[in-house]
Amino acid sequence: MKQFITFIRKEFYHVFRDQKTLLLLFGLPIAQIVLFGFALSNEIKNANLVVCDYARDDASQCIIQKLSVNQNMQIEKVLLSHTQIEAAFKTGKVKIAIVFPAGFNASLQHFHTATLQVIADASDPNTATTLTNYISNIVKEYQQEITRLTPMPLQVTTQVRMLYNPELKGATNFVPGVMALVLLLVCVLMTSASIVREKEKGTMELLLVSPFNPFLVIVSKAVPYFALSLVNLTVILLLSVFLLDMPFHGSLLLFYAESSLFIITALSLGLLISNSTSSLQSAMLISLMGMLVPAMLFTGFMFPIENMPMPLQWISQLIPSKWYYTIAKAIMIKGLGIAAIWKETLVLLGMTTGLLLVSLKKFNIRLQ
Amino acid sequence: MKEVVINTNRLTKKFGSFTAVSNISFDVYAGEIFGFLGANGAGKTTAMRMLCGLSIPSSGTASVAGFDVYKETEKIKRNIGYMSQKFSLYEDLTVLENIRFFAGIYGLRNTAIKQKTDQLVQQLGMQKELNTLVGALPPGWKQKLAFSVAILHDPKIVFLDEPTGGVDPVTRRQFWDLIYAASAASITIFVTTHYMDEAEYCDRISMMVDGEVKALDSPSQLKKQYKAASMDDVFFELARGAKRSAD
Repeated sequence: MKQFITFIRKEFYHVFRDQKTLLLLFGLPIAQIVLFGFALSNEIKNANLVVCDYARDDASQCIIQKLSVNQNMQIEKVLLSHTQIEAAFKTGKVKIAIVFPAGFNASLQHFHTATLQVIADASDPNTATTLTNYISNIVKEYQQEITRLTPMPLQVTTQVRMLYNPELKGATNFVPGVMALVLLLVCVLMTSASIVREKEKGTMELLLVSPFNPFLVIVSKAVPYFALSLVNLTVILLLSVFLLDMPFHGSLLLFYAESSLFIITALSLGLLISNSTSSLQSAMLISLMGMLVPAMLFTGFMFPIENMPMPLQWISQLIPSKWYYTIAKAIMIKGLGIAAIWKETLVLLGMTTGLLLVSLKKFNIRLQ
Repeated sequence: MKEVVINTNRLTKKFGSFTAVSNISFDVYAGEIFGFLGANGAGKTTAMRMLCGLSIPSSGTASVAGFDVYKETEKIKRNIGYMSQKFSLYEDLTVLENIRFFAGIYGLRNTAIKQKTDQLVQQLGMQKELNTLVGALPPGWKQKLAFSVAILHDPKIVFLDEPTGGVDPVTRRQFWDLIYAASAASITIFVTTHYMDEAEYCDRISMMVDGEVKALDSPSQLKKQYKAASMDDVFFELARGAKRSAD
């Protein structure tokens, strides 16, 4: 046991002496959270809107009022003629336009129906769809207000409720994803690098001729990165809850337990890589190309897996981060317990056991 | 009668169809400096790995410090020290941290570690460098430190795999002084080397060619036997028939 502690202390020396890597380890999650939180958001804020109002009546003014206080867009200009709309789009600054026909309110009052036109710059289809949805919601809101004043018979209104994330915040989607990515990166890359480095420097031989159990060599390598990962996880969690107002509804204990399981999965992957290669470069390359890129693509927080063709969906089942992402979302956002995620937990457990068995077997063969 | 600390009998290691080490048989006696010579690829390292318990032999028998290389590798590991051709201490750890680490994984007690550290530092004159990172030390010092660390736990035998590769002649001489001191403290030295002048420092040497031990005797006897003026000539005479090219 004393030998084990001696070994772990040495591993911590390695980690803390390499300050560049350490900085990267702690800087990376912070940078990612800030990037995804503020820069790379799929919400649209302050999109430029032009208004062409031929009606100039109560109804149109009221809707324009609502549009102008909305945070998602701002009114860039009020145009006098719809012929100017095209020119406005061509400047590239304006994303969406809205046209109120003459007699808008009158039509609404007398015929109980009125039409307004929304024109969007669909060269970016996602932005266009999102913006038209924002406007539809605002118009719907107005409609409900006036309906309350003058009740109409037999009207169907759709009440949309966005469960778990009523404000449609991007953070709820990407924070669990960033967690999965960072944990993967730290555990797979760092563990494999640290073991392969010992092989390259020749110190591994020295450890193997010592009476220290070879399996403990591997275990003690994993311990510091396990601890670092938990620290990283906590940093991400604190940042996202206090800086990005990310909700956390579930059990913290369960969350840390599941995260520990995922960390162990990633560590075993790192072990497998380091036992299969003998140079630092190939270990890095395999970790980055073989792990990180698929993890980005198939975790599901950047590209929805449901939209992928079937073969790609099957591949995504093999990516551990995909399962962790599902678990983390369920606990953090929906506040679900183990009953809802036992399947995903079992998958991760199975993956970990498989990876550990294979890497221990490889390690054994190498010892021959 | 001299005590035998390493005994091999028809020891063989095959990798697939390639026989790296073929039927080597020799004894190494307690306290001697045993030189293990051969060209690159002759099978020295493979033989040494089997004796250290890092590699399981394909056939033959061998015992190290009285323990069987098949079944008692754990006991062998407790009784040997090892220093490889690559310099192998941790460069990002200080001298003291390296000493503590290697003493620690051999299970030395704290009081023993402290005493050993003092002794080692005295011997090497490294009092001031105790908290220096090993990476910042001159190469010669690193080598000497690595050797001292390899015998920190008082092993019966220490295996040195080309310990003086890439070191200047003065440092090599100093290194051999350390080896003599360890030998005087009745540690058996098993050393592989390329340098034929170093071969002269050994009590007995074995010459390996193509996985077989072709000659084994004291340097002076070998020179007499091959009617050679120096060990270089002996080596050349023996290695001329080699079929395996150096890698």
